[in-house]
Amino acid sequence: MSETTQSFTDLAPSAGAKFRQRTLPILIFAAILFAIPMVGPSRTFYTLAHQMGINIVFALSYNMVLGRGGLLSFGHAVYFGLGGYLAMHAMNWIEDGAGIWGSVPMFLLPLVGFAGGAVAGAVIGWPSCRKAGTTFAMISLGVAELIFAAAFMFDSFFGGEQGISGDRMNGIELFGLSLGPIDEVYWFIAFWTVIGVIGMWAFTRTPLGKLSEATRDNAQRVQFIGYNPQRVRYLVFIAAGGFAGLAGGMAAVNYEIFTPDALSLVPSGFVLIMAYVGGITFFVGPIFGAILLTYMQSMLSDFTEAWLLYLGVLFIAIVMFAPRGIAGIVFGFLDGVRGDNPGAYLGRWLMRLLGILLMLMGLIVLVEVSVRWSNGYGEVYEPFGLHLGHENVLSWVLVIVPAIAGVWITKRASKEEEAA
Amino acid sequence: MTTPALSLKNLNKSFGPAKIINDVSLDIAPGERHAIIGPNGAGKSTLFNLISGLYTPTSGTVALHGRTISGMPPHEINKLGLSRSFQVSNIFTNMTVRENVRCGVLHSMGQGYAFWKNIGSNKAVQQKTWEVLEHCALTDKANVPAALLPYADQRALEIAITIAGGADVILLDEPTAGMSHSETDRAVDLIRRATEGKTLVIVEHDMGVIFDLADRISVLVYGEIIASAPPSEIRGDPAVREAYLGDEELPEVMA
Repeated sequence: MSETTQSFTDLAPSAGAKFRQRTLPILIFAAILFAIPMVGPSRTFYTLAHQMGINIVFALSYNMVLGRGGLLSFGHAVYFGLGGYLAMHAMNWIEDGAGIWGSVPMFLLPLVGFAGGAVAGAVIGWPSCRKAGTTFAMISLGVAELIFAAAFMFDSFFGGEQGISGDRMNGIELFGLSLGPIDEVYWFIAFWTVIGVIGMWAFTRTPLGKLSEATRDNAQRVQFIGYNPQRVRYLVFIAAGGFAGLAGGMAAVNYEIFTPDALSLVPSGFVLIMAYVGGITFFVGPIFGAILLTYMQSMLSDFTEAWLLYLGVLFIAIVMFAPRGIAGIVFGFLDGVRGDNPGAYLGRWLMRLLGILLMLMGLIVLVEVSVRWSNGYGEVYEPFGLHLGHENVLSWVLVIVPAIAGVWITKRASKEEEAA
Repeated sequence: MTTPALSLKNLNKSFGPAKIINDVSLDIAPGERHAIIGPNGAGKSTLFNLISGLYTPTSGTVALHGRTISGMPPHEINKLGLSRSFQVSNIFTNMTVRENVRCGVLHSMGQGYAFWKNIGSNKAVQQKTWEVLEHCALTDKANVPAALLPYADQRALEIAITIAGGADVILLDEPTAGMSHSETDRAVDLIRRATEGKTLVIVEHDMGVIFDLADRISVLVYGEIIASAPPSEIRGDPAVREAYLGDEELPEVMA
């Protein structure tokens, strides 16, 4: 018997490997979040970090549906928004202090958001989870439009165009946090980000989480191992709605306002892009995506008015050339460097990077020159003291030459890779 | 007389005007190894789909251990102890071999749809998973992604998932299709071991496998069972010979 016990445990990864692959990354993530306030970051940084934390939880919850469940949803912001709205109302109930709400700390509002998102998922998921594939995607789109339209009809819940606002500095303080100053809100966001990440990671390790992957791969076969794929999808959908609502609850406390825009198609599309650009086949993918895209959203928009165009190009490029996303690029790179011939791999990798940078340069010049030309205010794109107007031949040389060179270099890198 | 493990009564299935299964009645005793043969398009796979719940019969009933199962969804039928494999490998491609089998084991281990338990910490599940892998000679490939398995191993995994839940009535749909001779021998050996003491219904084109494995053979032609008898009698049946004429040769060497 002891021999049997020995051999069957051998099949699973060793305790050391489990620690390295599962526990350690989460500890490092938590440590980074813990260390950030030590360096005395600016207000801008805090604002950005809070948005990232919210988006990390939101994007991970979306990936429970897309990456793990194989369901393409165009309306995930509905659960984020409904959870957030419920949390917003709860914030005002806490302020009023009536009944049980008088003894609920503001710190726990994301749990209210979770409940709101999960209930919304349970109601909306009931009809929509019967079918996967295109049907599911279409229903999710319809539901998103429906809820957004409803948001302007039911003013007492959604607050019309002004939305619902509140004041987070009320109720009982937890962990001695008044949630007034921004560095106190940081601990609130950091705490719930870690809880969300751990919770969703743990979910992937449960029987339901594994069945979700099985249903994604082969719903028919799931029926013949004794499970109802519709029920698997439905339960996963509720859980994903709950975590989206958790992110909504975090946003409610962070911004102290929720408007109908929060459940429109725009954030629904943005969360899809975050998850996909990050890499939906990896658990950490959406975390990468949320960090990068939140950064782009708030920083890039300061540099250029065409930032959405760059976002679109990035999304299309990832879908076409790197469908495993940023996480796929990162882990592919690590595998390659650890491979048989790291020198040659690194060489090809740098070559490809150079090619991409050249193409990007051509694209940037094209976009920036065109945008200014189109605006018609006579503004001129002037990088590094160059005067790049649309009538300047140099502008077009700087578009075409780097673009062609970039394509050529990237193709050569691919050819070398095939030969290797 | 004991209750048959599987009992089909006046089973009919039509798709529009096309009658695919025509008044099929068949009793299969517990522990029997029953083969279903017939020319292409005879309705063998349709019959399997009717028994396993993928299709609902147009009329007639299917009973498992005396309990009517026709009309139930597949997952309910599976819970009652009937499991099937597929002609085309039907596995969870993005999971490892071990995870595939573990999914098959979950239900019989009472794991349900739990989202509050860690799948890795249940000793009974790991133990059972290992036993099934060992049984199907897949332990050395346990951590290989299923999509990367060689064809014969995918077929073995198909059987592994089918038996993992501990069902006592096993339906195998052409388990050796597309295999080489040596692979077929290994597969037959695996099927024999895996279905020890269980009721087996098998659809197969390889007559060597059929005559080697089956206690009884039913011949399905145009949706009707034209003969149901032990292999020795089937071989001499003139109606069967006629149905197979020009299609497949019954193996004389086995006689």
